[in-house]
Order: sequence, then structure tokens, then C-alpha cells
Amino acid sequence: MSTLHNFLKRTGLLPLLLLSVLILVVFPLALDTFRLNLMGKYLCYAFVAVGLVMVWGYGGILSLGQGVFFGLGGYAMAMFLKLEASDPVSTKIQSTPGIPDFMDWNQLTALPWFWVPFKSLPFALLAVVAVPVVLAFLVSFAMFKRRVGGVYFAIITQAVALILTVLIIGQQGYTGGVNGMTDLKTLWGWDIRTDGAKWILYYVCCALLIGSILLCTWIQKSKLGTLLLAMRDKEDRVRFSGYDVAMFKVFAFCLAAALAAVGGALFTLQVGFMSPSFVGIVPSIEMVIYAAVGGRMSLVGAVFGAMLVNLGKTYFSESAPDLWLFLMAALFIGVVMAFPNGLAGLVDEKLKPWLARRRTALAQERTRRLQREAEAATLIDNTLHGATP
Amino acid sequence: MTLGSNTDFVLAVEDLTVSFDGFKAIDKLNLYVDRGELRVIIGPNGAGKTTLLDLICGKTRASNGSIKFKNEEMTQLPEHQIVRKGIGRKFQTPSIYENLSVYQNLEVSYPKGRGVFGALAFKSTAAIAQRVAAVAAEIGLAEQLHGEAGLLSHGQKQWLEIGMLLMQDPELLMLDEPIAGMSVRERELTAELLDRISQNRSVIVIEHDMDFVKRIAHKVTVMHQGKILAEGPMDKVQNDPKVIDVYLGH
Repeated sequence: MSTLHNFLKRTGLLPLLLLSVLILVVFPLALDTFRLNLMGKYLCYAFVAVGLVMVWGYGGILSLGQGVFFGLGGYAMAMFLKLEASDPVSTKIQSTPGIPDFMDWNQLTALPWFWVPFKSLPFALLAVVAVPVVLAFLVSFAMFKRRVGGVYFAIITQAVALILTVLIIGQQGYTGGVNGMTDLKTLWGWDIRTDGAKWILYYVCCALLIGSILLCTWIQKSKLGTLLLAMRDKEDRVRFSGYDVAMFKVFAFCLAAALAAVGGALFTLQVGFMSPSFVGIVPSIEMVIYAAVGGRMSLVGAVFGAMLVNLGKTYFSESAPDLWLFLMAALFIGVVMAFPNGLAGLVDEKLKPWLARRRTALAQERTRRLQREAEAATLIDNTLHGATP
Repeated sequence: MTLGSNTDFVLAVEDLTVSFDGFKAIDKLNLYVDRGELRVIIGPNGAGKTTLLDLICGKTRASNGSIKFKNEEMTQLPEHQIVRKGIGRKFQTPSIYENLSVYQNLEVSYPKGRGVFGALAFKSTAAIAQRVAAVAAEIGLAEQLHGEAGLLSHGQKQWLEIGMLLMQDPELLMLDEPIAGMSVRERELTAELLDRISQNRSVIVIEHDMDFVKRIAHKVTVMHQGKILAEGPMDKVQNDPKVIDVYLGH
């Protein structure tokens, strides 16, 4: 047990272990299927937050367009599910059976060419990661090679988010428009709407999230992690030490995109639909808030940030839907001003020193008590034996 | 672009010109540095000394002219390629990674795992640890190896940055005001350090402190208004009427 404790301390994996116990054991025991599925949805956003820790916290690159990659991953998954749900038998009332319903409504008579490969699950799964990563590579390569950074890069990512939303909504016949892709039913014949499927998908989501955090921990501990921190501090020094700084930034951005995309695909599977409302500017900024609240330097903190902000959103948007946006903005400003390192920073800077002080105080108290008891014992001893010499 | 000639020099700068909005910061400049030479560049403020180093290491792009390092043209290469060819550059203000330890600062400068995937797969070896220890001893920071670099004194930060360059074992080392903000004792130690490291490589130093220049320089180049005013041993340059005029006349 103590070797395990030492191992966790040395590798810094204790927070991850606590998170794992919480999401793998406590939540499934404490929550009903509906709430668990909701938590699974929050954990999909946690993938984006973990990616933001890598690109924003470590890389110092603020992206306000992570919704793009979340959405692309989600749409790639949804395209496969939609095709499977649109077999000729269940769509026989359409004028063109065998194509998704929204295409039929938009007078399309054949499946568009780029939809055809999504009939294959392996292709769709590959596309979940590959399409967002290729887009992230193109955008970031073009920007970082030209030394565009900071707030300008953030604005570009916003623009990409806006463009993609407009594109998805405008091209109704190809994308399902503003409604998104709905009525997703089965994955290779396996009904994803049943309670059993929701439990399994929740666990798949947890396992992938823990795997992603382990991967990012490993990257942080590698030389690449050190270089990202070094670049954030003195970019020119890294460049003039023989490193192609732009490529390291491109890598961090692509990594964050891939993580967001995996989250998006799991979102589609667990929630059962995908729509442009998860792609645009507002959701992208919300995603940054998850990382900011949780702590942009802490992978596990970001997961808690995603869960807490979304819990708050679900709660407040039920009781005071108009106030939610203002509340979230206030939360963001408050956190950044008061706790720049988020909840994780609060734990590290306040809770841990307090616990340490508490522990030493308790230890001192114990030695004092023992001393008093020893004194009392000698006193009693003396009076008992000393009185009758 | 004019083509520079082939020479035996480690660095041959020919006809180099750079203009910013019509202002010629460097004007048709020629400079040759020998192998194993320690060259000091002096000159009044705004003479173009730092700009010259910026041009050599690729931070600023030349408008015209040629920079040849071991007979290879450098003017079109990206910065990190120039570094990999063997040119190291220290900046005027100490440029170190404040949040990392001295050890990490040195280790990260070791020329291995320079690509994205190389950096991911990078494993520190005993040889690298030895090299870090050797360089730390050379720059007098062996005691501070595991302390945070941000906590070093100003002079120690300057040494650390020189150490980071030594990790790369460059053939040409360019130092911009290496003794700025140093105490007398630290200056002397730096002079000894420069003596040692210039034994198997060429070094270009920009410096204002004339005693220090006299102490270290093999040869001195005086720059003025983007041009070379005089070149030669320190005592000769010091007595050159043109140089005296530039330093005292205005």
C-alpha cells in the first residue's frame, strides 16, 4: 500500500486516481441512468477541457474555436449512425428511400459523394479524429509559420467556428441544417438508446477520458512538455536553440483538436444527436471557461471544471434560463481575476498548505498531550509511593 | 542578392545591407571572422551592432548581401536551421526559462530530439547528464543545478544562457553584451570563461566596457552608422583618429 502511495506521489497520479474512483465507482452507484447519461455528456466536454490544458495552459495558445473540432468529431460519428438509421426499409415512405430523411426533404435524390465512405464504421471512426486534425493542421500551420499568435490567433479560431456554423446551417441538404442530425438509432446493429447501452457508453467514455489524461501526462513529462513551457516563457530562446517553434505549436493545437473530436464523437453516441449549436462561438467560449474554472494547468482540474460548469448550467438553465449566460460570464471573469489557476490552483495554493498546517498542529497537540499524560503519571506515581516511604 | 565569395573564414559577411523604411541600419558591410578567433564589436549606440547579430542568426532578414558560414549561404535559411548549422546566439537581456530548473534549462538546449516526435521520444542518457554537469561546472553553476533558474542573480542568468549555448557546441558563438549588470568579480570570471570557450570555436562579442574589451579581444571591429569604421588590435583601434572622433567628437 505504501509503495502504491509512493508511486502515486512520485508520478503525480493521485488526483487522477481520485477522479477515476469518482467517475467509475461513485457516479454509477449514486446516479440513475438518466443522471449518469447526463454526467457522461459532461465528460465529453471534459475531453475538450483536457485538450485546452495542453494547448492553452501548456502551449500558451488560446483557442476560442474548440467547438469546431468537437463538432467535426461529433458529425463524423453522426454521419455513420444516420446512414445506418436510414436503411431503405425504414425510409420507404421517402421519395428516395435509403438516404437520410433531411436529404429527402431537401430534394436530394442520391447520397452525396462525401457521405458514401461513412457507410463504413472503421472509416467513420478514422474520420472522427482525422478530419479535425487535418483542419487543425492547416489552420495552425498557416498561422504559426507566419508567426501569428496570441489574440490574433484566437480571433481566427473564432472566425473558423463562425464559418463552420454558417456552412452547416446553410447546407441543409448535406448536413441536416440547424436541426442537426437526429433520430440516430444503432451502431452496427446495437441499439444505443437502451439503458444498457447508455451504461456501456458511459464506461467507454470514462475509459477514453482516463486514457487521454494519461497520454497528456506523459506528453507533459516528455521533453516536448518542457519545450512547450519554455516556449511560453521565452519563445525566441527556444527558436534560437534550434527548434522549429511553429511545429511544436501546431502539434499542441492538433492534439487539442483530436481530443475535442473524440469528445464530440462520444457526445453524439451518448446524447443521440449532433447539431450546430455545439459548434459555434458561444459553445467554444464555454469550453474555454471549463478549463479556466478547473485550472488551465491541471488536466484533472479541467475535468472537474467541465463537470461543475455543466452542472451549474443544467441547474440554472432549468430555474433561471435568462440569467445563465450572465452568470457564466461572471463566473469566468471572477475565476480569472481571483483564481488564475482555477480550482486546481485553489487546491494547491490554499487547501494543501492548510492541510499541512493542520497536520503539524495535530502532531504538536499529540506530543503535548503525551507529555502532560507522562507528567501526570509521574506525579501520581510520586504521590502514591512518596506519601508512604 | 549578390553572391559572396568562398573563403577560409568561418564567417564571411559581404555587402550586407538592411534597411528599415529607407533607413539603412547596416550599409554594405563586410566582415570576416577566423576560426578560433574572439572578435569584439564596439561602437556607439545605434551603430547597428545588435542588428548585425540579428541578421547573422536570421532574426532579421537582409535586404541585400551575403552571409556565409563555412562557405554556406545563411541568408535564406530559417532561424532554427541556422542554429543547427552551428551558430549560437545569446541575447542582450538574459533569455532563460525562469520556471524551469538550471538542469532543465541546460538539458532542453541539448541538440537531440529537436523535432516534434523526436522530443516526444527523447530519453535523457547518462552522457547527456554528464554533459549538463560539465557545462554547469564550466559556467560555475554546479551548485545551483537543481534550483529554479528564475532565482539566479542577474550575472548567473547571463552565464546560464551562455551555458545553454555551450550545450549545443556551436562553431560560432555570438554574445550580445554578456557582462551587462555584472559585478567586477563576475566580469573577471566571465573573461576567463570566454578565454576558455574561444579556444576551439569562434566567438563574436558585442561590448561597451573598454577594459573588458581590452582584456578579451583578439581583434576589434568598430561600427558606426551601419558601416565598419576601423578594424584591428585594440591598441591600434583606440588610437585611430576616426574612432576617437566618433566616440568623443559628437
